[in-house]
Amino acid sequence: MKIDLSFTLNGSPINTSVAVDRRLVDLLRDELDLTGTKIGCEEGECGACTVLVDGQAVNSCLFPAPEVDGKHVITIEGLGESDNRLSELQQAFVDQGGIQCGFCSPGMILSARALLNENPNPSQDEIREALGGNLCRCTGYVQIVDSIQTAAARENSDD
Amino acid sequence: MTELKYIGKETPRPDGPDKAAGRAHYIHDLSRPGMLYGKVKFSEHAHARILRIDTSKAERLPGVQAVITAENTPEVRIGFIRDNFALKKGKVRQFRDEIAAVAAIDADIAAEAIDLIEVEYEALPGVFTTEEALADDAPLVHEIDPRGRPRNDNRLPLRFHHESGDLEAGRAAAKHIASGDFSTPVIQQSCMGTAGCIAEFDLNQQLTIWAKTQIPFLAQRDFNQALADMGLAGKNARVIVSALGGAFGSGLDTHAYEFISILLAHRTGKPVKIVYNRDEEFAYLSPRQSSQVSITQGCDDEGQLTFREIQVWQDNGAYTSWGATFPTVMMLPATSLYRVPNIFFDAKLVYTNNTYCQAMRGYGNPELAWALESNLDDLAEAAGIDPFELRLRNCNQPGETTPMGLKVTTCGLKECLQTVADKIAWPQKRSQGKRRGVGMASLFHVGGGGRIYRSDGTGMILKLDDFGNVNVYFGGVEMGQGMYSALSLAVAEALGVKPEKIFINPTDTGTCPWDVGTHASRGAFMACNAAIAASKKVRARIFERARALFANEAKKNLKKLHKKNPDFKAADFDVEAEARNGEFELQDGFVFLPAAPDESWLRVDLSQLLRAIHFREQGEMITAEAFYDPPNELPDWEKGYGNMSATYTWGTQGVEVEVDTETGEVKILHLVAAHDVGKVLNPQTLKGQTYGALAQGIGYALYEEVLSEQGRILNPNFRDYKIPTVAEMNFPIDLEFIETNDPEGPFGAKGIGEPGLVPTAPAIANAIYNAIGVRIHDLPITPEKILAALKNK
Repeated sequence: MKIDLSFTLNGSPINTSVAVDRRLVDLLRDELDLTGTKIGCEEGECGACTVLVDGQAVNSCLFPAPEVDGKHVITIEGLGESDNRLSELQQAFVDQGGIQCGFCSPGMILSARALLNENPNPSQDEIREALGGNLCRCTGYVQIVDSIQTAAARENSDD
Repeated sequence: MTELKYIGKETPRPDGPDKAAGRAHYIHDLSRPGMLYGKVKFSEHAHARILRIDTSKAERLPGVQAVITAENTPEVRIGFIRDNFALKKGKVRQFRDEIAAVAAIDADIAAEAIDLIEVEYEALPGVFTTEEALADDAPLVHEIDPRGRPRNDNRLPLRFHHESGDLEAGRAAAKHIASGDFSTPVIQQSCMGTAGCIAEFDLNQQLTIWAKTQIPFLAQRDFNQALADMGLAGKNARVIVSALGGAFGSGLDTHAYEFISILLAHRTGKPVKIVYNRDEEFAYLSPRQSSQVSITQGCDDEGQLTFREIQVWQDNGAYTSWGATFPTVMMLPATSLYRVPNIFFDAKLVYTNNTYCQAMRGYGNPELAWALESNLDDLAEAAGIDPFELRLRNCNQPGETTPMGLKVTTCGLKECLQTVADKIAWPQKRSQGKRRGVGMASLFHVGGGGRIYRSDGTGMILKLDDFGNVNVYFGGVEMGQGMYSALSLAVAEALGVKPEKIFINPTDTGTCPWDVGTHASRGAFMACNAAIAASKKVRARIFERARALFANEAKKNLKKLHKKNPDFKAADFDVEAEARNGEFELQDGFVFLPAAPDESWLRVDLSQLLRAIHFREQGEMITAEAFYDPPNELPDWEKGYGNMSATYTWGTQGVEVEVDTETGEVKILHLVAAHDVGKVLNPQTLKGQTYGALAQGIGYALYEEVLSEQGRILNPNFRDYKIPTVAEMNFPIDLEFIETNDPEGPFGAKGIGEPGLVPTAPAIANAIYNAIGVRIHDLPITPEKILAALKNK
């Protein structure tokens, strides 16, 4: 059974329909072809599928697709600037070596986005707490934490 | 090499922006028109006869396009010694044995069809430890060998052995001796991106397969063999590698699911994709092998090592992967870490009904380092010598040839040891008490390729175009480690162009020259050496053509300058005569004469010169190819002798820990990693790779273990299998890179992909011993083991 949905995806309104048992990650990847959101474990343990729903970081593998009705969803595809440039946060991940294989990066970056939206000047401990649900096997997290600190500093200096 | 412009500078990686944007395409993100979804039916027994497989219900399910078993497909043998099959016939030997597979129009239907396949088994007694497997009346995992000859026991036909010096004389010379039995667990590579592939045939029966592999060219060979087994001899498999969500050794073999995809694609005439989910990845993909190591070392009163005796037993699981050759790498530190005159090393592998194992980062080295470096601290204590001092006294030296015949070119071990001692505040912190302690451990590993195959080579093609772009075709694999970064900097440096003009093409056996595989920490060492060789050819050809063409291009520049500025006065310079000499330089994308490097009109843009070479009568394109095969030897593994690598890498790690004796929890307070890297190519990616290796080393030391019971894996998910999170990696880390500028290394660099995780676990264990006086012999060092050891102290 399918139901109709209206929500805002990366700033643009969208009307679609989805089977009731689909997860948000299926809607994004399979129906809307937004493959930047990754599937790492399908049980909320790894955070690779993290997206923002009304500004909150959620595991899209556990989030029922029908529940985004009326909400604002941001995926990694929606973070960049309109002229095909990375956002400051994404650029900081590139500049500080926060990316290796890149599979965890979209989820990592969206968890960081949710944090910086709430807390523009987080401490190292606050960054670590915010990333607690995002696994990475490549980096040892050191340069990821650096990336987020750099992004916070750059975003704050823009204000 | 004059002053380096790009090598050694902190540089963001070229694949970073797309990855940050979610635009890198992994196997999970790819699809093909008309693609079907494949799914595998796995065994429900560790050891059983297959009495009957009923696929009729699955075949009737709408949307199912093929159901295959060993009964209705050609026999496709796989594996390092070809003791495995894409689909199993007659009996299953492990829980994950592939019995049947389906292809369906979507993944849900494929999963439903798998559940409809009925299999009837007759359970057989299994063997699940090396002891059980070696018992006289043990059931045989394989009744016949790959050649069809009867087998009498569960031993593998692989032998790894080394003896040098006189063991008994070494034992007699020892005044102090320490012995111990050490073990390491099965662990999972835990790539964030799971395994998968897409197989597709064209109407000429040629195969294209998008694979998650580290060995595209050996995979091509394996897949071509499978095509021959399928009656398609002479047909070709083109292997294309998409972005990899990590690999860490899991891509060093071809896997049953890949051959099953090929069989399904051939049966249906449609592209077939198989991607493992996380549970499947944990339960059905080969993890890192466990090990059991018995070690005895002895030294004299001065602390000079007099002998080392090592026996390794290895539970191979039910089939044999390349990873079964991990004793080849164990042999390196066993014979060559520290100077030991009398050595015995032997490794024996046995089949069991456990999951069969494969390679993971370090490939036997962390397993052996765990025993060797833990035992060395026991020996230091027995001898009454400080462990740091004991290591220094036996430290390797540049120029030596080790008992295995390994030729040490450069050796930064002494500097690594000293750096760790300084940074970790040895010896002050050795006696701080308060359940805090420090420990150290070292490593020795291949750093200049690792010849485990007839060729240890790699090819490189540089194709320049009319715009001054350099297209790089290279058969190695970027799996996250940063090879594209090292390679683009190396080409830029060696050729004399800017890094942004370098384009590395996707790895594809159809377009890229051969490479043996991205393993053994060889990626950057090989790629950069091959890039240097190809760049030399490109420069030589451009400079040769420039003799006749340069002057004309320079004069065009001058004309333009005069047009802009009629008063421009060019220096008096006979450009024709100078150009005919053929002495040119190429830097930052400009070709110029060394005699006049700064005269602007005499700096000809590379693209302009390339166009002049191309667009004329009898013009030509500049493309160069090089094949670099390093000066190393394929060792004789039964004798344990041969210079496997062109250079070797060294390192020492020091750790400070605090142990909670109430809970058994180990807290890392400080970690120092000093590594002889030859030369830093890109500090940012090198640091990243090393931090990541340390995290894996810490996971290996403290948390990770694939648990199984009678061959069934009990913790196939990230809830029950814990890899370090950002919470565990919360302590100061000092990375110290020692540059020894190796003569065979590209710009002096050595391979450094694996070493970061090799000595981490024994360094932690030695720190724990220093803190609370208990020696843990079996990884991982869980709180339960600490508490049990404290109780027995």
